[in-house]
Amino acid sequence: MKPPPFSYHDPGTVGEVINLLKTLENPKLLAGGQSLMPMLNMRYVMPDNIIDLNKVDGLSYIEENNTGINIGGMTLQRDLEFSDLIKKKCPLMNDALQQVGHRQTRNRGTIGGSLSHLDPAAELPAVCAAHDAVIVLQGPKGEREIPFSDFPIAYMTPATEIDELLTGVKITSWKDGHGYAFIEFARRHGDFAITSAAALLEVDGAGAITRASLTVGGVGAAPVRMNEIEESLIGQSGDEDKFRELCEACREIDALGDVYASSEYRQHLATVMSRRALVKAYARANRKG
Amino acid sequence: MGETRKISLTVNGKSYEEEVEVRFHLADFLRQKLGLTGTHLGCEHGVCGACTILMNGKSVRSCLMLAVQADGQELTTIEGIAPSEDEMHPLQEAFRDNHGLQCGFCTPGMLTTLLEFLEDNPDPSEEEVRIAISGNLCRCTGYQGIVAAALDAAQRLRDAKGV
Amino acid sequence: MSGWKVFGSLEKRLEDPSLLRGVGRFLDDIQVSGMLHAAFVRSPHSHARILHIDSNSALTIEGVRAVYTLDDLRPYLNNKRLVVGLPSPSYKQELDRPALADKEVVYVGEPIAIVVAESRYLAEDAAAIVNIEYEILPAVSDCRLAVEKSSILAHTQSPHNILAQFDMRYGEVESTFDNASYIFKENIWQHRGGSHSIECRGAVSFYEPTEDLVTLYSSTQSAHTAKNILIDMLGFDENKVRVIIPDVGGGFGPKLVFYQEDVSVVLAAMILGKPVKWVEDRREHFISTTQERDQFWEVEIAVDGEGQILGLRGSMVHDHGAYTARGINLAFNSALIVSLPYKVPCYFLEVLLAVTNKVPVTPVRGAGHPQGIFVMERLLDRVARELGIDRAEIRRKNLIKSDQMPFKKELETRGGSPVILDSGDYLSCMEQALEKVGYRDFSVRKEKALKEGKYVGLGFANYVKGTGRGPFETVKVKVGTSGKILVYSGAAAMGQSTRTMLSQIVADFLGGDVENINVITGDSSAVPIGIGGSASRQTVTAGSSALLAAKEVRNKLLKVAATLLEVSEEDLEINGRQINVKGVNEIKMDIGEVAHAVAGTPGYALPPGFEPGMESTKNFIVDDLTFVNGTVAVEV
Repeated sequence: MKPPPFSYHDPGTVGEVINLLKTLENPKLLAGGQSLMPMLNMRYVMPDNIIDLNKVDGLSYIEENNTGINIGGMTLQRDLEFSDLIKKKCPLMNDALQQVGHRQTRNRGTIGGSLSHLDPAAELPAVCAAHDAVIVLQGPKGEREIPFSDFPIAYMTPATEIDELLTGVKITSWKDGHGYAFIEFARRHGDFAITSAAALLEVDGAGAITRASLTVGGVGAAPVRMNEIEESLIGQSGDEDKFRELCEACREIDALGDVYASSEYRQHLATVMSRRALVKAYARANRKG
Repeated sequence: MGETRKISLTVNGKSYEEEVEVRFHLADFLRQKLGLTGTHLGCEHGVCGACTILMNGKSVRSCLMLAVQADGQELTTIEGIAPSEDEMHPLQEAFRDNHGLQCGFCTPGMLTTLLEFLEDNPDPSEEEVRIAISGNLCRCTGYQGIVAAALDAAQRLRDAKGV
Repeated sequence: MSGWKVFGSLEKRLEDPSLLRGVGRFLDDIQVSGMLHAAFVRSPHSHARILHIDSNSALTIEGVRAVYTLDDLRPYLNNKRLVVGLPSPSYKQELDRPALADKEVVYVGEPIAIVVAESRYLAEDAAAIVNIEYEILPAVSDCRLAVEKSSILAHTQSPHNILAQFDMRYGEVESTFDNASYIFKENIWQHRGGSHSIECRGAVSFYEPTEDLVTLYSSTQSAHTAKNILIDMLGFDENKVRVIIPDVGGGFGPKLVFYQEDVSVVLAAMILGKPVKWVEDRREHFISTTQERDQFWEVEIAVDGEGQILGLRGSMVHDHGAYTARGINLAFNSALIVSLPYKVPCYFLEVLLAVTNKVPVTPVRGAGHPQGIFVMERLLDRVARELGIDRAEIRRKNLIKSDQMPFKKELETRGGSPVILDSGDYLSCMEQALEKVGYRDFSVRKEKALKEGKYVGLGFANYVKGTGRGPFETVKVKVGTSGKILVYSGAAAMGQSTRTMLSQIVADFLGGDVENINVITGDSSAVPIGIGGSASRQTVTAGSSALLAAKEVRNKLLKVAATLLEVSEEDLEINGRQINVKGVNEIKMDIGEVAHAVAGTPGYALPPGFEPGMESTKNFIVDDLTFVNGTVAVEV
């Protein structure tokens, strides 16, 4: 299990990366390497050229803006995990990161790498789906932004063009004191989830839900937003039985089945994970907020 | 030999400058080029954790990095944990006293992972220790001794600091 | 000697310091000058005929030295097959693995060619482009289908897929079941699994022409087995092969096996005249290291209205995999162990071992025993549920009681010796486990958890297992003229503290200082014969041999010292490296000096009445198994 031969490039600027993408034969971008390196070791990917992004300037940052936060594509999962700004402005991501791989992989893994790999069970894509994040791509024609809902175009396939690079993610914060929860079911802590659910809730002074976002990961080819459930949640008061009833809709998700779990089992888990996420998010929501 | 590069790095306080094939992963570089065979390879795809080392104090899997990416970095491997030839680190002592190892193959990854963890979290709960080592597989012990060793080491390190 | 002082009291393992400092020496740590690296070309098909192998393009890669198939190795092989199966009269066919695949591959992962190159990276590059033309054949993967008459054949040359067949029977089964108040039936499937030691397998071999000696370093559980097979296959003289086991990163059974890769690496090293290393990677381990199971059981238990067991009968189909890599022992162990802790008046089990197109099976952590235990315990839980009797109560009723010991089972081990449970208090053992797991209050906890939306369960099982499998393990204890104590054994260490165990036993006879003892295990040149590590056997066999040998060396040390010091032997004691008159520290000798006195000086007589050498080699011989018992209880 040794990587195949390739040429190695470690450019210092985004411009150089784009230029290399344009000119090199069969290139592959290397971010944190926590998914690409296993695939190289197993020779599932055989690139002629590896473009290492770790020395590219200006791709690692967590910044506050008027509506939320901007995150650089090469920002380490570890830095996100320990960021006070993330805890404050996007606590769902902090919740999710506790369950992303292990400390050793978060120390290398990046948000851009995770989003570009786009494993259907990965946590960070589900967080982006839940938050209606905007993905920033740079290519020869400059920068473009696309909503996360348009980012996955197929199973593990992002909308990034072959000469483009994911440079950033923009996340709009929810109201201070909003409820959030990221719940997943995995065989071992840190494994890819068999199924996960991410919930965001805003609740009024009377305890009624005023805004809701519910995302299921690991079931469909990409994270799925449960729009119908979200609409039905508005006005609800956090009754678990009602959540349970609404989450039955998760059985309708077009589900993957594989050697680890059948599609029916994933659908079932989706109902349970979604309910638990809603219960936890509701309990966390600040009613005075 | 394929494409190579010259890299310089510090491992366990010692500086090295070496020519390395760009496709070599870091674990093979440490083991084969530097002769530091204490870092073990158990799966080469980031699951077992045996190859964990510290890079600038942070635990990383050396099978999931290219050696060229360690250029300019400061690494610590299991060989660099003990303070001297005659003395072991409190974490190593705790592993010995609590039967935290049998065959010893997963041990390098356990020690490096826990070194970083105990630095960040000097007074962990059992549950936190179990999560911290969830990326390190051991097939001999059943983990009980390892968890006990980690908790014991935390206590020893706190005592040493007078906390 | 007055009782045990060191044995059982050593709190720290002697193995640990080097392992904790990262200076142990595992197989992949071995570096030999000029060493080449191997990778294997393996079958991607579960069953196929090999039509053509083309390694030309692989050989064009710079740094690739050789690609060998069975045809290339054949001239060096006395026997192209690895004959390893344990003896048994129940075989219906012999299916020994060829050194490399011979015209037909029968499981995914079967090695077809060895590629040798200047690095493992290059070897993998080349292995990927060895072009093999296959004719894909139908495969059989379900052992239940394999034993049917109309089944697809796993090997095209075999008459059928039945590897072996045997029964185990005692008592009046038919009449018991005809008259039983209750009969309950269970169908139980126990699925495949791998061993996954964190260190995979591996081999380093080199040939030294000056000594005409082939050395094989192997991550194995038995050096002597590997040596004997090499002698058989390659026709070497006994003294021309040496097998050494370095530190082993977990064995768990599959490393007991000698593999195609081992012999291929040895031959590649001989043909090329260069050291060759092969280290199995995790992907190879998944598809080519031996595994264990499946087993499909159909079993019935007959009980009376009180839950007293009257008898047990049924059948079991065991998936043997594509070849015999160990024997019928797994299925035999499973069948033998089922009833052991309990009084079961009659028993009949019909066992079929099926050949399938899957990786061969061998022991993996338990060697078939856990399967048999699982079956018995599932049946007892079923009886408890059906008759409304408490699960612990049904076991209390049926466990063999301590006052019934020794209890002779009407069964025989695979070696033909009777199964006699010599001692034990199974009931008390179970009660202690139930106490510890809080069985009595479980229903309260269960109810409480359910209210919180949690499902909890509690399971427990009793087992009795034969351990300490004989017939022997040689140990030589020697006091060197340096004063160092040397312990040599055919035992093999893979994490069970073998060095600590042997050192403690020997230390108690020879001065009490474990630091002064060097233990050499896992080296075929250390003692002429050996068996190795499996079946929880080494403390019983090697430990007992060490005790006998250390005792004899002690006696001789004291006798020789008494002669030299002109004192009475009874007055002497050994403290560390020193022999002195009890209480008189001035009259003393170093044990090295005493050893020197019998080491021989040319032309001078030995002390009168003594044989040369301060050493003893002992074989504690044991045919009977040591039956251990236990109860496992867990709440989840």
